[in-house]
Amino acid sequence: MDGFDSWALTLAVFLPLAGAAVLLLVPRRDETSIKTVALLTTAATFAVGVWILVNFDYGATDELQFVVDRSWIEVINSRYIVGIDGISLPLLVLSMFVSMLCVIYSWNHFPEPHNPKAFLALLLILETGMNGTFVAQDLILFFVFFEVVLLPMYFMIGVWGGPNRQYAAIKFFLFTLFGSALMILGFLALFFLGGQTFSIVELQDTAQGIARNTQLLIFAGLFMGFAIKVPMFPFHTWLPDAHTEAPTVGSVILAAILLKLGTYGFVRIAIPILPEAAVEWAPWIGLLAVIGIIYGALGCLAQRDMKRLIAFSSIAHMGYVMLGIATLTDFGLNAAVFGMVAHGLITGMLFFVAGSVKDRLHTLELSRLGGLLVQAPRMGWILGFCAMASLGLPGLAGFWGEFPAILAAYNPADGLPEEVFRAYMVVAAIGTVFAAGYLLWMLQRAAFGTPKDEFADQAVPDVNGPEWIAWSPLLVLILVLGVYPHLLFRVTDGAVGVALRALGG
Amino acid sequence: MGPVAAALGFVEPVLDFHALAPELVLAGVLVVLLVADLFFDERTRWASSTIAGTGLLLAALPVLTLAVAGDERAMFGGAFVVDDFALVLKGLFLLGGYVVVLLSVNYVGEGDYYEGEYYFMLLSALLGMILMASARDLITIFVALELLSLPAYLLAGWRKRDPKSNEAAVKYFLLGVFAAAVMLYGMSLVFGFTGTTVLADIGALLGGSPTAAPAVTFGIVLVLIGFAFKISAVPFHQWAPDTYEGAPTPVTAFLSVASKAAGFAAILQLVFVGFLGREDVWGPFFWVLAAATMTVGNLIALRQTNIVRMLAYSSVAQGGFMLVPLGVVGLNPEAAGSALSAVVTYLLIYAVMNLGAFAVVITVARKTRSGEIASYGGLFEYAPGLAVVMTVFLFSLAGIPPLAGWFAKLVVFRAVLDAGTAWAIVLGVITAVNAVIALFYYAAVAREMWMRPVPDDDRTPVSVPPSLGFALVLTVAGTLVLGVFPQLVARLGDLARFEALQAILTRL
Repeated sequence: MDGFDSWALTLAVFLPLAGAAVLLLVPRRDETSIKTVALLTTAATFAVGVWILVNFDYGATDELQFVVDRSWIEVINSRYIVGIDGISLPLLVLSMFVSMLCVIYSWNHFPEPHNPKAFLALLLILETGMNGTFVAQDLILFFVFFEVVLLPMYFMIGVWGGPNRQYAAIKFFLFTLFGSALMILGFLALFFLGGQTFSIVELQDTAQGIARNTQLLIFAGLFMGFAIKVPMFPFHTWLPDAHTEAPTVGSVILAAILLKLGTYGFVRIAIPILPEAAVEWAPWIGLLAVIGIIYGALGCLAQRDMKRLIAFSSIAHMGYVMLGIATLTDFGLNAAVFGMVAHGLITGMLFFVAGSVKDRLHTLELSRLGGLLVQAPRMGWILGFCAMASLGLPGLAGFWGEFPAILAAYNPADGLPEEVFRAYMVVAAIGTVFAAGYLLWMLQRAAFGTPKDEFADQAVPDVNGPEWIAWSPLLVLILVLGVYPHLLFRVTDGAVGVALRALGG
Repeated sequence: MGPVAAALGFVEPVLDFHALAPELVLAGVLVVLLVADLFFDERTRWASSTIAGTGLLLAALPVLTLAVAGDERAMFGGAFVVDDFALVLKGLFLLGGYVVVLLSVNYVGEGDYYEGEYYFMLLSALLGMILMASARDLITIFVALELLSLPAYLLAGWRKRDPKSNEAAVKYFLLGVFAAAVMLYGMSLVFGFTGTTVLADIGALLGGSPTAAPAVTFGIVLVLIGFAFKISAVPFHQWAPDTYEGAPTPVTAFLSVASKAAGFAAILQLVFVGFLGREDVWGPFFWVLAAATMTVGNLIALRQTNIVRMLAYSSVAQGGFMLVPLGVVGLNPEAAGSALSAVVTYLLIYAVMNLGAFAVVITVARKTRSGEIASYGGLFEYAPGLAVVMTVFLFSLAGIPPLAGWFAKLVVFRAVLDAGTAWAIVLGVITAVNAVIALFYYAAVAREMWMRPVPDDDRTPVSVPPSLGFALVLTVAGTLVLGVFPQLVARLGDLARFEALQAILTRL
């Protein structure tokens, strides 16, 4: 490996950080330069992403590519190992892409107390953490990046958020930190029992010798770390608060990327390293997943705030992803990765639209909304499009995350109780009906009808320039992936096989 | 040699001046400082801080040359040893002391205090500390402890017209002396049963059966209780918050970092060299102490409204984290190596980030004249640099990557899992829960700085004098660099293993 190959991933991770450092040098008043620096940084990072997309060997999605392996903390035998395979690639590129779109969207959408310098610097640090998590192939490195996202998100919610922001911010932080404290205990247990290495690839072989009961315990520790991040029922309570209070860009990133760190952790670390424990725990994970699907859907129906409704729908959608993972089949895992990307695009988009509506009407209370299609028809149509995608309409991306996950539950991996998973399948299928219910209900209240009296005379500007630039790529992708899902499945398919290798899957 | 000495069988000890050089240089600087102060008038008094700072850096030079030479040197029948452990800690004390001098320059200079005497006391205490790092004998340990404690009592009461400062000094003095008495009694018991004061010899004897007598156990516990006072471990911590709050803030920084580190240096030498055969006694002792110290320190810190008191309780809790590795060694002696490295690594990282936090507290107090956490409201708006720097220190203390504190926590967890028994895991889970609780009060200060309005709308900028600015740059750079490249500090932690320990480990 030579030249750019060995630098691509490192650049992808640390370019945003360098950009953040440059931002610190730009005076606070020079807002145009600040935005330009941030945009150029994310664009350059995305360009690296495109280069990676082009040079990725699609014939070998099951192998780690662009691998760099350098010494880092020798004393604890932790190394700087980065690399991507077919599972990481879509998520990494999604992260770069969404970060760039967020900077574009921010151009004229800075929430109070304004301060673009701090806001964009945090956004860039956040991107470093997210990209790093998706490329790290060493547990300690993964842990560090996994945690790096906490601080920027804490401040983003706490400083730029809604009225109840301080509570939401600390709740988000404490929940995640609690999970990761148990997760790191699990990582260290793997280290000592699995041959004194933190390398994820090596552990897939060396950890198999760990006693079964110990494996179960370690898996439980990892589960806590990842499940809180996903978030799975009953650890989800931080999510509605965080989403509701976060500024638009914060919500988008949270929904599009941060939640995926949890599900990605299951696919990348927990299942390949501890397959036996995974089989043991899978029915319980599946149970929590379907509870999440139903609970999230019912929660949606009880919401009066549009953003909170979307937040609860996230819980339901992540339930499908987790159900796909819990089946421990090729099919289910493919669906899960697809579901992650699709949910990232669709829910990210929904939060964008919600943010823009709030910008114009200063409320998201469903009882006060109405007639968006009359006042701002383009935005109304976009909302409708995203709602359709979110409820899993065939032909749009959401369908390929949900439907195969449900199907996979019909025939779970060997060793899993078939009847139980079939029951889950039925419940999850019922969940899709609920999903149609709450999304259409939301659409009806927000977009249909006539504007309420208080907003009747108000001119509501339709989608503006930066919004078009930020949104259209997402909308196109939702459609393209919906019509031609093979685009993504062919990337993930080989890689999920590796994740399940130890199960003979 | 005189005839009397010869008649008594006195053998002149061999002096290795290179090994003694850090202590000798520091003692020389002390004398210079004291004499020079006689000739300074009011306008040139600032020079004493320069002498003190330069002196500390000078004393650090022989530490470097000794490290380069790399061999272990023992003197006075093994009572004074210069090995990697001693050098790492001496480096920590001298550089930490240097940062404390930086913190003190403006505080003491503008406060109309006795400058020459202040630095004299500070350096005396530091001399005691670097001696402690080499002390491998009960009596040497005691002498070093007194040398570092007595000036510290005086420093705590330095603001002599402030009743709080007086209270701080008296409390610290009374409890300190009491602890010393307890410790001396314990030492006498240990000496009575082993017949030696040299730790290595005690270690060799304690493994055997005749020393399982209850009195020895009692003695060991008393010695450790004495040092538990020094490191303010629960339930021997009561003096700390009052003393920390009342003492001049730079002195508080000094006590919470250097003095605590010196206490740990003594404990490490005692348990890993002297008492390693009796981990059945001190293992459970430290297990309980660690769990109690973390939990109680954290819970009380949650309720503080004064930032210095909050940092005081936080330092109690941090001390608890440092005790965790000692608590698990008793369960599985094979973890002794990683436990020792963990404590030393933690001490080094803790020193950097905690001194940094105090540097910000001192800087901000120059404007607000207040120690209340509420006075930090809106700091990010009018002093974004300071707010960001403080945020770095706070979340480093909380252990959030990529700030140095995460690695300190990681090595503690590593020691826990290296021991790997059920009780070790229980302690690990207690530690994990405490790490989460701790975040809450650190984040509360960050919340104040970033998310709350400015009190009284007073947005006059905070002036940062050069010495404080330099201290901030040093500590923040340290916190960030060690967070991203923990290898630098981890190697020091690994080096600092005793030869004696290696021997015992190979025997296991």
